[in-house]
Amino acid sequence: MDIKHHAPDALLMGYAAGTLPEAFNLVIATHVSLSDDSRARLGAMEAVGGSVLENCAVDMAQDSLDRALERIGTTPQANARSALQSEGIFPAPLADFMGHGPDAVQWTSVGMGVKQAILRTDGGTSARLLRIPAGRAMPNHGHRGMELTLVLQGAFVDGDKRFGRGDLDVADEDLDHTPVAEAGEDCICLAATDAPLRFRGWLPRLAQPFFRI
Amino acid sequence: MSGDQHDTDWTALVMQVRDHQDKAAFAALFRHFAPRVKGFLMKSGASSALAEECAQDVMATLWQKAHLFDPTRASVATWVFTIARNRRIDALRKARRPEPEELPWGPEPEPDQGEVMEMQQEHERLAEALLHLPEKQRALIEKAYYGDLSHSEIADQTGLPLGTIKSRIRLALERLRHHMS
Repeated sequence: MDIKHHAPDALLMGYAAGTLPEAFNLVIATHVSLSDDSRARLGAMEAVGGSVLENCAVDMAQDSLDRALERIGTTPQANARSALQSEGIFPAPLADFMGHGPDAVQWTSVGMGVKQAILRTDGGTSARLLRIPAGRAMPNHGHRGMELTLVLQGAFVDGDKRFGRGDLDVADEDLDHTPVAEAGEDCICLAATDAPLRFRGWLPRLAQPFFRI
Repeated sequence: MSGDQHDTDWTALVMQVRDHQDKAAFAALFRHFAPRVKGFLMKSGASSALAEECAQDVMATLWQKAHLFDPTRASVATWVFTIARNRRIDALRKARRPEPEELPWGPEPEPDQGEVMEMQQEHERLAEALLHLPEKQRALIEKAYYGDLSHSEIADQTGLPLGTIKSRIRLALERLRHHMS
C-alpha cells in the first residue's frame, strides 16, 4: 500500500505511553494497522518506554516471586491470540470497536450529500465515520483542538496534498480547511477531534448541535 | 547491576520460559524486571501495594504470553513495558484501548540470531542515549511515559536517535510480509 501521510511522532509516543484519548487511540490503532512505517515508528516509541522502564527499579515485597508463580499456576498459558478480524474496508481495531463491518453502518445525512455515523467514545473527544460523495467537498470547517482524519476508502485532496487509503491527515486548531473527495468512488473516512467541529456556513452551523458533529 | 544488565541474554530466558516452562529462567527475569515494573507503575501514580500486585500480574502475563514475543521487533524490556502499560490502562479503566491489527503470520518460531542480537544492541544504545540526554529533556520524556503529559504536550522531536531502531523494525516487518507472500 502506498501510504504517504503517516502519524506524527508525538501521537505515536502518546499511543505508546497509553495516554491518548479514546477516539485518538482508535484512529492511531486503525492507521498503524495499515501503515508499516507508522508501526515501525510505534515500535521505536515503545522501545523508548522500555528504556524508561529500565531506570525505574524499586524493592519488591519478600514473597513476591512466589506469589507471581502462584498466579501462573492458577491461569493456563494463553494459546492462540484471539485475533481480531478486519471487515471489508475496516481494519480489525475499527471493526472490533464498531462491532460490525462497513455494510451495517447506520448513516445519517448531514446535508450536501455528506453522511456520517457517530461512534460512541468517552467524553471530551468524538469519533465518527464520514462518507463524502465522489467529487464533493466536505463542509468547510475549522475546529478547536486537533482533528485526525484517516482515509478508509477513496481519496480526498486537502490543499495541495492528496490522501488515499491509510493516509492520516492531522489538522491543527487554526487550520480552516475544505477537503474535497476525489472523483471515482465515495470517500469514507474515520475522523476524530478532541473538541467539537465548527462549520463556517450558517446552515451547517445551525445543524451542528442537532447532528452532534 | 549494570554488568548484570548488559551480560544477561533476556531473550534466551524468555525462550526458555516459552519452550520449557523454565521456572529458574522466569525467576531471573522476575528479579530484573518486576522491580522495574513496580517502580514504573508507582511513578505513574499507583500506590506501592497496587504496583506490587500489578507487577506480579505483569510478570505472570510474560509467562503466559511468551509465545507472542518477537525478538526481531522488540527487546524484552520493551515488551515488558507494553504489558505494564496495558495493565496500567486496565487498572485505570478510563477508556477502551483499540490495538493495531496483529500481523497474522506472527513471530517466526526460530528468529535469526544475528538479527535478534542487533535488535538487542540497538535497544542498549537507545537506553544509553536516554541516560545522556540533558536532564530537562529526559525528564520530559519520562513524564510522557509515566502518563503525566497529554498528547498536545508531547513534542515531535525527542532528541533521541530513533532512526536506526525504526529502520530495523521496518526491515523485520518487510521480511515478515515477504515470508507471507
